[in-house]
Amino acid sequence: MPVWLELTIRIAGVVVAFLTLPLIVGQAEHKVMAHMQGRLGPMYAGAFHGWAQLIADGVKFVQKESVTPAAADAPVFKLAPFVALLPYLVVLLVIPLGPGGLVGQSLDIGLFLVLAVVGLGVVSVLMASWASANKYSLLGGLRAAAQLLGYELPFVLAAASVAMAAGTLSLTGIVEAWRPWWLLWQLPALVVFFVAGLAEIRRPPFDMPIADSELVFGYLTEYTGLRFAFFLLAEYVGIVVIAALTTVLFLGGWKGPFGLDTELGWLWTLIKIFAVSFVVIWLRVAYPRLREDQLQRLCWLGLVPLALLQLVLTAGVKVWLT
Amino acid sequence: MVGMSEVPGVGLAKGLAVTLKTMTRRSHTHQYPDVEPDLPPRSRGVIALFEENCTSCMLCARECPDWCIYIDSHKEEVVLPGAARPRQRPVLDRFAIDFSLCMYCGICIEACPFDALYWSPEFEYAEYDIRELLHEKETLREWMWTVPAPPAHDPNGEPAKEQAAAAARQT
Repeated sequence: MPVWLELTIRIAGVVVAFLTLPLIVGQAEHKVMAHMQGRLGPMYAGAFHGWAQLIADGVKFVQKESVTPAAADAPVFKLAPFVALLPYLVVLLVIPLGPGGLVGQSLDIGLFLVLAVVGLGVVSVLMASWASANKYSLLGGLRAAAQLLGYELPFVLAAASVAMAAGTLSLTGIVEAWRPWWLLWQLPALVVFFVAGLAEIRRPPFDMPIADSELVFGYLTEYTGLRFAFFLLAEYVGIVVIAALTTVLFLGGWKGPFGLDTELGWLWTLIKIFAVSFVVIWLRVAYPRLREDQLQRLCWLGLVPLALLQLVLTAGVKVWLT
Repeated sequence: MVGMSEVPGVGLAKGLAVTLKTMTRRSHTHQYPDVEPDLPPRSRGVIALFEENCTSCMLCARECPDWCIYIDSHKEEVVLPGAARPRQRPVLDRFAIDFSLCMYCGICIEACPFDALYWSPEFEYAEYDIRELLHEKETLREWMWTVPAPPAHDPNGEPAKEQAAAAARQT
């Protein structure tokens, strides 16, 4: 196969995943959240249990006027939604779906790239909040900055623990080195990574930067139409990315319980991603938003020490094994 | 109450359990326009007029706190064969209720001595113009068809006043 053809196929695959998985997760959020609250959720769009609701939403967003406030810093304001989306697209590129090169682009420093690029999300939030020329937006942006800077630390430490255990920074390599007993060994890291990941993508109960009951809608206050839709899409891609990273780093990626990993690996990965996404939605329904000081307390007094202890444990076991 | 002795995290687990349990149960949503709502007995939807019973005595219009009932009537002479002089009979020309004013207190229904007014559970009469909520006697008569049969008498309750009076008269 010529290089350019292979490259096109891989990129097309990533783009398809980028456009479909978030919609599936978003639809699942509509329905799961509704049923957890004793409601039905969307029922009309697409005639069967509202399966086309997000498509209808998209059509609606396209039709809406895209307002830029008079006092806003227009170029930055307009650029922010795309900056929010781009990092997640790049991350999807290096997440392995199955064994044998079933990945957009296998990188030896995959984990390093992922952690660096996911951290870019804060830039888009700061751009959106500052350029909106709105008090609520600015407050939301400041909260987001404090939150993302804080939670980046346990996020990276937990990921470092896995990388240390596997002895590689390549995401494919980590999945290959993964063994089922790691579920127990890396459990604290899994919890830390997942919780910090939730905070990283600003999902409830960590949605203080948006906090619709306090800050109107945080850094999204001034956004309308398609730009707002891009931010929403970024949120759902964020869920997919965090679920995929948790799957790949901690849940064994394409490894299933019955063997057949080479044939069904991609299915295992997808099932695990959707299971983790379900937990993300579940947490949103079950828990109220944390207060700003509780948020920082949880990070610095809970997650960071736990992640450091996990690092010590990982190093100890690793030394003991060799 | 969450005590200090409890294991930390129990509350969090309980929260998750509640939402998961709710998800497995049937949802409470009624898909209203597709499915008829099951209204409780004596629902106050709209006031229907049983025109045949109305004597245009104006009691309802006078008792109405909002003055939202409009009644016009005239007297008609009926010549009865064999009677010394013609009898007078009230004829209802107009009976209208302005549902933009009505506060659904039901005092008119209570006040009517001839059982000409009834509660109907019908509620789908929203209009785009507030003036169209003034409904004339033809519409009010049509709503009579939606009035349900009165609920059965409570077997352990006291008998109705009329029944008690009739029983007392017979003995």
